[in-house]
Amino acid sequence: MGRDNGKMIRTKDLTFWQKLYLPEVFKGLSLTLSQMFKPKFTYMYPEERFQPPSSFRGRPILVEENGVERCVACGLCSRVCPALAIEVQASETELEKERYPVRFEINMVRCIFCGFCEEVCPEEAIIMSKEYELVFSSQEEAIFGKERLLTPAEQVRERLEFLRNSR
Amino acid sequence: MDILIASTKIAVVLAAMLTSVVFLVLVERRMSAFIQNRIGPNRVGPYGLLQSVADVVKLLMKEDIVPAKANKPLHDLAPIISIAVAMTTFAVIPFGNAIELFGTTIKLQIADVNIGILYILAITSLGVYGLTLAGWSSNNKYSLLGGLRSSAQMISYELSMGLAIIGVILMAGTLRLDVIVEKQTEYLLGWLPAWNIFLQPVAFITFFIAAFAETNRLPFDLPEAEPELVGGFHTEYTGLKFGLFFLAEYMNMITASAIVVTLFLGGWHLPYADMLGLSGFALSILQVLTFCGKIVLVLLFFIAIRWTLPRFRYDQLMSLGWKVMLPLTLANALVTALILLAF
Ligand code: SF4
Ligand code: SF4
Repeated sequence: MGRDNGKMIRTKDLTFWQKLYLPEVFKGLSLTLSQMFKPKFTYMYPEERFQPPSSFRGRPILVEENGVERCVACGLCSRVCPALAIEVQASETELEKERYPVRFEINMVRCIFCGFCEEVCPEEAIIMSKEYELVFSSQEEAIFGKERLLTPAEQVRERLEFLRNSR
Repeated sequence: MDILIASTKIAVVLAAMLTSVVFLVLVERRMSAFIQNRIGPNRVGPYGLLQSVADVVKLLMKEDIVPAKANKPLHDLAPIISIAVAMTTFAVIPFGNAIELFGTTIKLQIADVNIGILYILAITSLGVYGLTLAGWSSNNKYSLLGGLRSSAQMISYELSMGLAIIGVILMAGTLRLDVIVEKQTEYLLGWLPAWNIFLQPVAFITFFIAAFAETNRLPFDLPEAEPELVGGFHTEYTGLKFGLFFLAEYMNMITASAIVVTLFLGGWHLPYADMLGLSGFALSILQVLTFCGKIVLVLLFFIAIRWTLPRFRYDQLMSLGWKVMLPLTLANALVTALILLAF
């Protein structure tokens, strides 16, 4: 449609056959009917699961290396978290690494999977996993403590590599 | 004896229709899923066959809510009208040739009335009361708009529906549906079955389009256009009463397909079936199956159209009805009459 001297001009008019409507209906029908025999996109969920690529942002986890967490309890992640989902309580250790988190909790009801915590962490200690099946029956159950967050580094190798390549 | 036969026929037809609604809903959902590259409901029972049963159970368990300021008697009456109309329309449709059983000839048609077509037109136009009353009694603006639209739409399209049928009536010279079907069992030029779709193609197309409008199916489902009217006339209905509207819609679809098949697609006539050399009884069964098969094909077409075409705008719907369909059907009736007069 264009406008000329205040008068509407249709730049694209329907042809006679299009105005008849019926041939176009059958064109549309042939399209929809041919779609019926195309491969489907549906995952048959419980039996067949979506395998996310390593760029996927699932629930955040803490990386565990040689039996201890990498986290130095700097608190940056809890500071940056837009949903206020992370709580860190620091304490001193005997090791050369000076601090460690005595308490590290992520409230999975609040988390919005933005990945800011992963981005801000200086130690690459908190990263996003591929896990997306999060179901809880109570609010308390949704608060993940250290025991549920810690994951050996070998298990999240893919994500760590992805982060190194993309930074 | 007559009453026994009649009630058996009623029971069989009603049971067949109710069960086919159950499967029709499932077929519609699966087919729409396939068209959209999905799989559709396949969990309840093998291949999801029991999905509709689960849905019905769910509907039965729902609370029946009537809005505080609704007109309760009419609110209750509306779904009853809808379902009653949907159930009674099928009565005059012949679903098979007369059958010989235990020495008596049984007509495969519930009510053999001599004004079959008029009966259908009369009863289907009653259906609009259900929708309009539902819209009005709910005391909800969206329902009211849906009800208004349905009455305007039904009245506009009923006209072209009736005029489209006139061509067929003129050719058959009768209002009896069984005679109309019998006329279609002849052959044109010795090989082409004399179905009305070949003799009255314009009437067929206009009647089919009007049938979409009469059954409130997409592309003419304006009375319940979800994006504009929430749920249209059934916005304020819950539980079983909503289920009745739903059931009525699908039964109407089946009946509309049966009417299309009877009037234009040769009814129970299976071309060249008499050459198979079957006995009378087997042939009758085959014809009933043919009738059902034709209905299924028309229903599949209904569903495919629903998932192909977008909804009409309201002014487009009205101008199509009054400016295109009405003149076309009138001209068709006139031309048919002139040709019949000339020969
Ligand atoms: S992903 Fe975002 S919302 Fe979730 S814990 Fe990390 S920073 Fe907070
Ligand atoms: S930002 Fe990293 S190192 Fe700092 S508290 Fe969070 S997880 Fe630990």
